[in-house]
Amino acid sequence: MPMDVPMVEVEGAGMVYGTGEAAVRALDGVDLAVRRGEMLALVGPSGSGKTTLLMILGCLLRPSAGEVRVDGAPVAGLAPAVLGALRLSRMGFIFQGYNLFPALTALENVQLALDLKGRDLDEGADLLHRVGLGARLNSYPRQLSGGEKQRVAVARALAGEPGIILADEPTAALDTANGLGVVELLHELAQAGRAVVVVTHDPRVAGLADRIVRIQDGRIAA
Amino acid sequence: MTGKRHWGMGMAGLLGWRNLAHDRSRFVVTLTGIVFAVVLFTMQVGLFLGFQDSTTTIIRHTGADLWVLGKGARNFEITLPIQERELYLVRSVPGVERAEPLIVQFVPWKKPGGGDESVIVVGFDLNSGLAGPWGLVAGDAAELRRPATVAIDTLFADKLGVPGAGEGKEATVEINGHRARIVAMTQGIRSFTTSPWVFTSLRTAFDLTGFNEDRSNYVIAKVAAGADVTAVRDSLRAILPRCDVYASEEFAAMTRDYWMFTTGAGASVLVSAVLGLLVGAVIVAQVLYATTVDHLAEFGTLRAMGAPSAFIYKVILGQAVISAVLGHVLGIAVSLLVAKGSEAGAAVILVPLPLAGSLFGVTLAMCVGASLVSIRKAMTIDPAMVFQR
Ligand SMILES: Nc1ncnc2c1ncn2[C@@H]1O[C@H](COP(=O)(O)OP(=O)(O)OP(=O)(O)O)[C@@H](O)[C@H]1O
Ligand SMILES: [Mg+2]
Repeated sequence: MPMDVPMVEVEGAGMVYGTGEAAVRALDGVDLAVRRGEMLALVGPSGSGKTTLLMILGCLLRPSAGEVRVDGAPVAGLAPAVLGALRLSRMGFIFQGYNLFPALTALENVQLALDLKGRDLDEGADLLHRVGLGARLNSYPRQLSGGEKQRVAVARALAGEPGIILADEPTAALDTANGLGVVELLHELAQAGRAVVVVTHDPRVAGLADRIVRIQDGRIAA
Repeated sequence: MTGKRHWGMGMAGLLGWRNLAHDRSRFVVTLTGIVFAVVLFTMQVGLFLGFQDSTTTIIRHTGADLWVLGKGARNFEITLPIQERELYLVRSVPGVERAEPLIVQFVPWKKPGGGDESVIVVGFDLNSGLAGPWGLVAGDAAELRRPATVAIDTLFADKLGVPGAGEGKEATVEINGHRARIVAMTQGIRSFTTSPWVFTSLRTAFDLTGFNEDRSNYVIAKVAAGADVTAVRDSLRAILPRCDVYASEEFAAMTRDYWMFTTGAGASVLVSAVLGLLVGAVIVAQVLYATTVDHLAEFGTLRAMGAPSAFIYKVILGQAVISAVLGHVLGIAVSLLVAKGSEAGAAVILVPLPLAGSLFGVTLAMCVGASLVSIRKAMTIDPAMVFQR
């Protein structure tokens, strides 16, 4: 694959939720390409369509208009199971609320993702070392701070070395120091050759990004 | 547990197990539901087996190969008498080694302290060795050779108004207007009809039933070594047009089917078994469903990550299997205790270990079936929910 093919891109993406009077136009004619090695920040007011765009990029939501391509290949015709396999192999997700499995330890949370991706479960400890949690392998989420939980989530997203990392407000529940720590981690991942998209309200987080894209009323603002 | 594989179900099994164990009080409710269902079901099936066993107990403990009885009878307990002529005809057939009469007749029993009971007199030919009471715990079978003596089972001593009979006390009773002494006690010979057995010699049985000596309810026969039971049966059928002739197993099957199914007694027990199962399944379904709903966000996360459906099936089915195994083991343990306790009662609950084992299939099916609703719920959630708060 040539270096300049975007890892994930949308062209003319539009999204309308609901029908008739209740229809909400959340996204309208968005073109966006995310390349290898770049960390992109999606910013914009509440309700502007950031999460909608992230879900479309992550193949979790089919756009009502436009095309989504992963590694240059359109995904429109793919069956849900194939899309699932594509997400599993190519993408790592990080959520505002961490979405860890509370009954599993930090290590097991990461091993769950490794198991899904058919990887060796022994990689779990390495991944947690990489996010600075080598000493907390056997802690349960409730025993970890918010920043630690989000780092477990980053380690989980890294399982299987996906090329694309998508994060929706990963620092919203964290204090500044912890939040910036997580974002610096994401930035390093981008520099190591991944495409990273971070939705954020925090200008300091956006400040660390290689590129900032502002969304307003479902469109990319100049 | 941080091992690589769990019960061959990988991290899915681990997640299922942990989520169950995480909600400890709910898990206790799940197990209680399963144990309840297992005990109810096992008890009913065990009762069915116990009843079934009691319908053929005397046939099975008799050394006869062939049973000759008045035409049209459908069970062991109620038959019309046949003639002595038939006994001689049976004896005349080649291949019959021995044949003897047997009396099985309902008669009234007057309790020493007042009140009547219906009993079934079973009169054996004590000399032939083909049949006779077994499982004696008191007295001596040889005593039955004396006139006007009987044996009863300890299970029925109270019911017959002779508590403590056989414990050294001489008990004289009145059967169908004739006095008789209880000289021996058996233990564990149950009666499906709930009318107690009264074992006695053929001679005493004639007196107690009022039969002429040329009558009996059965002629039972043993075939000679090497003779074919079916062939002898067919020869007997040919020369005894007014009688039915059955091989021992045929007769046992007929009387068992009559009591268990024609009368509906067995069917009602089985219906209770199925009801127990349904109640259990509903409880299990409810609790597994509640567990699934509680963890719906986790299933959403799995879906968003791209977990295949098979993984989500494994999580929920793993929970069903774990619940089934634990619930079944506990349920069978309770059932075995109850079965043990029933040994002294008139209705025995039989829980043979192979039954306990094969009923695991039923428990598993119940738990897996109950989990299907949860699987549906988990499979239909939109993975996009993980980003929507
Ligand atoms: N499932 C849905 N059904 C109907 N409308 C929706 C749905 N999801 C989002 N919307 C609407 O689409 C628009 C864009 O929503 P979206 O969640 O993408 O915004 P956002 O930029 O992520 O906002 P925030 O910063 O508050 O998270 C909003 O007007 C929202 O109300
Ligand atoms: Mg949002």
